[in-house]
Amino acid sequence: MRFVLRRLGFFMVTLWAAVTINFLIPRLIPGNPALAMLARYRGRVNPQALHALEIDFGVGVAHQSFISSYFGYLANTFTGHLGISLTFFPEPVSKAVLQALPWTLGLVGTTTVLAFLLGTLIGLIGGWRRGGVLDSVLPPVFIVISAFPYFWIGLVAILVFGVILKWLPLGSGYSVTDTIGWSWQFVGDVLVHSILPAATILITAIGGWILTMRNNMVTVLAEDYVRMARAKGLRPWTIMWTYAGRNAILPNLVGFAMSLGFVVSGAILVEYVFNYPGVGWMLLQSVLNDDYALMQALFLLITFAVLVAILVADVLTAILDPRVRES
Amino acid sequence: MGDGLLLDVRGLTVQYETESGPLVAVEQVDLQLREGEFLGIVGESGCGKSTLLFAIARLLVPPARISSGSVVFRGRDMVELAEKELRQVRWRDFSVVMQSAMNALNPVMTVGAQLKDVCEQHSTMSRREIALRSAQVLRLVSVDPRHLDSYPHQLSGGMRQRAMIAMALLFTPQLVIMDEPTTALDVVAQRSLMVQIRELQKRLGFAVLFVTHDMSLLRHFADRVAVMYAGQVVEVSSTAQVFGHPLHPYSRGLLAAFPSVTGPRVHLVGLPGAPPDLLRPPRGCRFHPRCPEVMRSCPNVEPPLYEVGGDLVRCLLYDERGGRAGTSERSS
Ligand SMILES: Nc1ncnc2c1ncn2[C@@H]1O[C@H](COP(=O)(O)OP(=O)(O)OP(=O)(O)O)[C@@H](O)[C@H]1O
Ligand SMILES: [Mg+2]
Repeated sequence: MRFVLRRLGFFMVTLWAAVTINFLIPRLIPGNPALAMLARYRGRVNPQALHALEIDFGVGVAHQSFISSYFGYLANTFTGHLGISLTFFPEPVSKAVLQALPWTLGLVGTTTVLAFLLGTLIGLIGGWRRGGVLDSVLPPVFIVISAFPYFWIGLVAILVFGVILKWLPLGSGYSVTDTIGWSWQFVGDVLVHSILPAATILITAIGGWILTMRNNMVTVLAEDYVRMARAKGLRPWTIMWTYAGRNAILPNLVGFAMSLGFVVSGAILVEYVFNYPGVGWMLLQSVLNDDYALMQALFLLITFAVLVAILVADVLTAILDPRVRES
Repeated sequence: MGDGLLLDVRGLTVQYETESGPLVAVEQVDLQLREGEFLGIVGESGCGKSTLLFAIARLLVPPARISSGSVVFRGRDMVELAEKELRQVRWRDFSVVMQSAMNALNPVMTVGAQLKDVCEQHSTMSRREIALRSAQVLRLVSVDPRHLDSYPHQLSGGMRQRAMIAMALLFTPQLVIMDEPTTALDVVAQRSLMVQIRELQKRLGFAVLFVTHDMSLLRHFADRVAVMYAGQVVEVSSTAQVFGHPLHPYSRGLLAAFPSVTGPRVHLVGLPGAPPDLLRPPRGCRFHPRCPEVMRSCPNVEPPLYEVGGDLVRCLLYDERGGRAGTSERSS
């Protein structure tokens, strides 16, 4: 318990530091989003509107002291007032992000977890039955696959299954004719749209887990406690899971949590290739449009995700590895 | 069997398939162990002691394999048993204490859990009975039963080693195989653990196969001692014989290399040279390149085991005395 509290404290401090840096950086670089907006509308905005915008964006308010604007920013950040998005003007940033987030979490989040679970399982069994069919066929296949760049595999998948075979949609998260909501039809359509991007993520991400888990397994199987478990006459199943598997998975936990943390940012390429309406795609838009408020919010989200992931990794490791709990 | 013979190892040969060819780590080993007997196996590092024990316990994994021989334990040849049949025998009838207690306990399970899983595997004890029995065996080796809830890393090296021995005694098997159980401990802890093992052995009546590279450990504890050199047994004698009048020149060298702590100061002669490469063992007697009493025939003739007054020795010195050149293995 003390361990978790300490980790939580660390988490809060890091989060605060990240938020503060996020506050400082845009204020250290020249220009402000209101002016960018002004430029975008080529002078069609009058000064009052500009001032209103500056207040909305929460920047460039000259008569506000640095300190008070910092606390204002902190308060706004933690209450979700992140300013107005340029790209989705006049929607507030928080609303835009909240619309994109479920898509990314649903697609990339689910597939990341799935890739880890499946890859770990395959690697575990492959390492256990070293030299078996699973162990001799899969690792080389996935070494080859992971040598290809992700977007290439994505594009080939689109070409084959979307353009040539016409089995699956070319991209996007749903059909334009859909009404968004919790209808069977919409959910089914979303699932159909997710098949290609999900499959490509799975194929490219799973190999790493298979290989590392297999190697961990082979290392652990040479440990004395595994021999000991055999000497005790335990069932192979018990040895595989509680003696070998549980120890073999430990080094992978941190990697897994990190990959969870990078779900948000890692989505950029996937969502770009598949034109998927998630956070990655949104980040790309915000950069293209000089949409600072949106960018800032997304960076904050990425930082937050990584920090949460580290916290999860720590807690998970502590649950599975008693040696970590006390140190 | 009727004579109380518990373990009968004959012609046991183990090889590791290495890239540079088969490495014979254990060659044609014969060993007999009576019920309740304490047999020490001693030899330099790398002479195949662990490999021999693992072969007997059927714990070898590739690239090691038993290429010939038999291990008859309580009338059954272990070499012939399938893994499934072995599981019935394991731990109930013979248990193993490993060389490195540091790594022989699963780091992510409590000591109690590691006692429990083996109880659940081999008995129908209830949870309560398991808890009682676990506490009982820990007390046998003077470890506080509250350590059932401890993880291995929370115990000292000595406590871990004791916990391992406690685990080995769960079902009071007839044979406990111990691979250098005291190596990781300091001299004082070593002694007290040895005394304790011997005491438990006398009390509970199990036989012990005890491997060590420190010959002096066996002096007060073993009934008989088998000396191994380069994968072969070169001498099997009673403890008194080995420490009083060792038969094999190698045994003499070993003895000189480990003067008794309590005994008179002896000049350390030790053993010059290094043990041979098991991939290419020397022709003739394997010990001849290091032997102070080497004779002309030693590099050419591979010595069989000679019986000398009830003891066994693999050395041509006894060829003339025993006058039994050419007769190979003894008849028991
Ligand atoms: N996996 C392996 N592959 C190839 N050779 C091996 C392997 N394991 C052990 N050997 C060889 O087998 C021989 C016997 O090893 P073993 O571990 O049985 O020695 P030991 O007498 O127990 O030594 P120690 O006192 O250091 O524990 C050694 O020469 C070693 O080089
Ligand atoms: Mg050894």
